[in-house]
Amino acid sequence: MSPVWTVGAAVGAATVALKATGPVLFGGRELPPRLTGVVALLAPALLAALVAVQILGGDRQLVLDARLVGLAAAVAALALRAPILVVVSAAAMATALTRAAGF
Amino acid sequence: MGALAPVVMSATAFAGSAQFAAASVLATGGGALGAIGAAVLLNARYAPISLTVAPVLGGPLLSRLLQSQLIVDESWAVSQVGGGRVDRRLIVGAGLTLYVGWLGGTALGVVGAGVVGNPARFGLDAAFPALFLALLVAQLSSRQALVAAVLGATIALALVPFSSPGVPIIAAAAACLVGLRR
Repeated sequence: MSPVWTVGAAVGAATVALKATGPVLFGGRELPPRLTGVVALLAPALLAALVAVQILGGDRQLVLDARLVGLAAAVAALALRAPILVVVSAAAMATALTRAAGF
Repeated sequence: MGALAPVVMSATAFAGSAQFAAASVLATGGGALGAIGAAVLLNARYAPISLTVAPVLGGPLLSRLLQSQLIVDESWAVSQVGGGRVDRRLIVGAGLTLYVGWLGGTALGVVGAGVVGNPARFGLDAAFPALFLALLVAQLSSRQALVAAVLGATIALALVPFSSPGVPIIAAAAACLVGLRR
């Protein structure tokens, strides 16, 4: 078996197991109340972390590049209460234009 | 890396960042163990994420197992209905849509690699963070949520220079522990 297949199979199996953790152990049941309060904050914490890392993250360093302009465009679109599709398109276009301009 | 392996990995792992991580470790000459380690670390966030989905995924074990595989960042993010709850129909619908697109896209990429060039040219790498930001704003309904968001982003950014990819996001999940304080 080539390494690509080994890696693909191992990563696939691990991902299936990780995603199944909650639903297989607690499926269809309410979480304990103390856990609910914590779990409710998982979305804001992880979403903020994803935004931060995907905008500023580089190879073991923080980078300021065209993605930041895209984020600024998204913030502006959100402030104008634009629909989500417009927010996402504005970010992509602003980033693409900044890159085309050579930054 | 051949044509079939990437498609099969998309069908089973269904988690973009982990696949990219594994592929890039392999492409840069890293070993199979390094590639697996990087991908598993990146996907470790699905353990806590799947906990938040558990209450709405009932039914027989097999059906729970299958439905849980539709959890990805994007389907989970768009199905948030506030208070840490998700809508089951939204997460399953979005998950299925993404799955079909992801498999089809992987196959297209295998066939057409080189035609498109670098997707960064179209600014697509800023599209998902923009989506996540829009969904985050909708989540900031309480002071605690705001604290968790700021703390999560801070933890993640602080760890980027010192850890392998994936670790910053998992560590950021710890920010939700501010919910223990009442």
